[in-house]
Amino acid sequence: MSAATTEPTLATRAEQPLPSRRRTGSLGWHLGALLILAVILYPVVWVIGASFKPSKDIINSLQLVPSHPILSNFKGLADGIADISIWTFFQNSLFYAVGAVVGVLISCSLTAYAFARIRFAGRNLLFSLMIGTLLLPYHVLLIPQYVMFQKLGWINTYTPLLIGKYLATEAFFVFLMVQFMRNLPRELDEAARLDGCGHFRIYWSIVLPLCRPALITSAIFTFINAWNDFMGPLIYLNEPGKYTVSLGLMMFRDSDGVAANYGGMIAMSLVALLPVLLFFLAFQRYLIDGMATSGLKG
Amino acid sequence: MGPAVTLVKDSPPAARKPRSAVSATTGRRPGRRRENLAGYLFMSPWIAGFLLLTAGPMAASLYFAFTDYNLFNTPKWVGFDNFTKMFHDPRWQKSVEVTAKYVVIGTPLKLLLALGVAMLLAQSRRGQAFYRAAFYAPSLIGASVSVGFVWRSLFSDGAIVDRTQSVFGWHVGGWVGNADWVLYCLVALTVWQFGAPMVIFLAGLKQVPRELYEAAEMDGAGPLRRFWNITLPMISPVLFFNVLLETIHSFQIFGSAYVVSNGTCGPADATLVYTCYLYEQGFKNAQMGFAAAMAWMLLLAVALVTAVLFWSQKKWVHYEEGAR
Repeated sequence: MSAATTEPTLATRAEQPLPSRRRTGSLGWHLGALLILAVILYPVVWVIGASFKPSKDIINSLQLVPSHPILSNFKGLADGIADISIWTFFQNSLFYAVGAVVGVLISCSLTAYAFARIRFAGRNLLFSLMIGTLLLPYHVLLIPQYVMFQKLGWINTYTPLLIGKYLATEAFFVFLMVQFMRNLPRELDEAARLDGCGHFRIYWSIVLPLCRPALITSAIFTFINAWNDFMGPLIYLNEPGKYTVSLGLMMFRDSDGVAANYGGMIAMSLVALLPVLLFFLAFQRYLIDGMATSGLKG
Repeated sequence: MGPAVTLVKDSPPAARKPRSAVSATTGRRPGRRRENLAGYLFMSPWIAGFLLLTAGPMAASLYFAFTDYNLFNTPKWVGFDNFTKMFHDPRWQKSVEVTAKYVVIGTPLKLLLALGVAMLLAQSRRGQAFYRAAFYAPSLIGASVSVGFVWRSLFSDGAIVDRTQSVFGWHVGGWVGNADWVLYCLVALTVWQFGAPMVIFLAGLKQVPRELYEAAEMDGAGPLRRFWNITLPMISPVLFFNVLLETIHSFQIFGSAYVVSNGTCGPADATLVYTCYLYEQGFKNAQMGFAAAMAWMLLLAVALVTAVLFWSQKKWVHYEEGAR
């Protein structure tokens, strides 16, 4: 949070304070907001409390804070699931998420630079196509992509999950970066151009550093999306040793879909949420401003 | 300022900016060919991705939709067989019904809550940033398997929701195991993630000029009138953006239905959302042709909804005069 305040953020312009409205009703305002807050946070508070309860109490005890907290759910995680260490799942998820972040940052910023700063033939058409892919349901591509990756022998690897990130298929982030880049003063690259800089120099030394807020927003969203991704790993990974945290969590169910170790499952759920929650606490301004900008600037 | 989606019709960013200063002052324009070359070089990852991962697969998917294909045979052309089979398949019909219900109930509820809370938050600056962040958090974790498990637990027989409901003498034995209720458990999960559209609404509300409200108030317009005649028209581009994106997204629900139903899409197919059935046909039964046909029907449905929304926006979305 502290990092965000010292730097310009995506929606600085929209951030102008409103003249405060009448002060009466302020109590009602806070009561209303607190009530919503309680409902919103309940599941998060619940999962923290539940992870310290014995399995049999998790569903039936309404206590948010267990009267006799136990640690055995977490200790049990150290044994892993079906002979696979929990750490393996985390390493796999981390590999997937970091790989995705690197890919998105490189490929989307290159594409965004071309859309925002280079005047080339066919740009309008390509830009419309790019926006069109934002609205395209992913499922239309699912079957043929699977067939293609299967023929290439890429099933049970991370390549199918990552390749799109390196080929700028994440149109949302391209769009976010284009919006940001077009608001940078053009005089900067014109001066650089006079000094004999080519596009790559301008991109690398001028535009990219100034785009930090947009890059950070894209990086965090990409990380969180990859961390939460369920369908991709479900389809492409079939060996438990390669499972991400999402799939590892599903292993807590036996063949009938019943969780044999309910406490362990809930504890693991909490642990799996932690990286996302920490990212959120650290970077919430970037995320919220990025989100707000996506709907506003045009 | 229009919403993002209007860009489809507009020229791309910066296209309307004056020619670069270099050309104006020196009379020398950077070579057009060099610019084209640079543009396509920078774009090359995207172009490769578009051809190999989007356009190509779309065409292949259309072809598969008319074939009998199980991944290991050569695709055999069967004409419209997959489509006729699909329309007569009671489970496909069920999946359409479940998805339609989910979209029609969940999306408006989520957007209404998002707009309502955004208007509440917009009234006061104190604490706004905190509440905004807290309400946004579920949108980030809502798609995770963890939250799916939490949801399943909270809506189980004897858990908090069931007990609260029973206090009012309305015992249904937990929503998760009840075919009539389980879909509302998924609706609740998506409504819980109202924070993302709320943040966009809030940003839109902040841009409504305060003078408009003051003038209206002086003319004696009540809160309802001010909402109807000022707020709603002024935020209509943002509303349009949210309606479009949320509707398209909710058509594609998969993970939460899969996890909350424990991978069964049950009980009694009550959570058999469209993509779950597509997954089952394609990846469990290896009916790739049938699944591709299903995917194209989904695309058509989404395209239809998008087209209707774009057509209707002429009637209710107001863009600022002289907007960039």
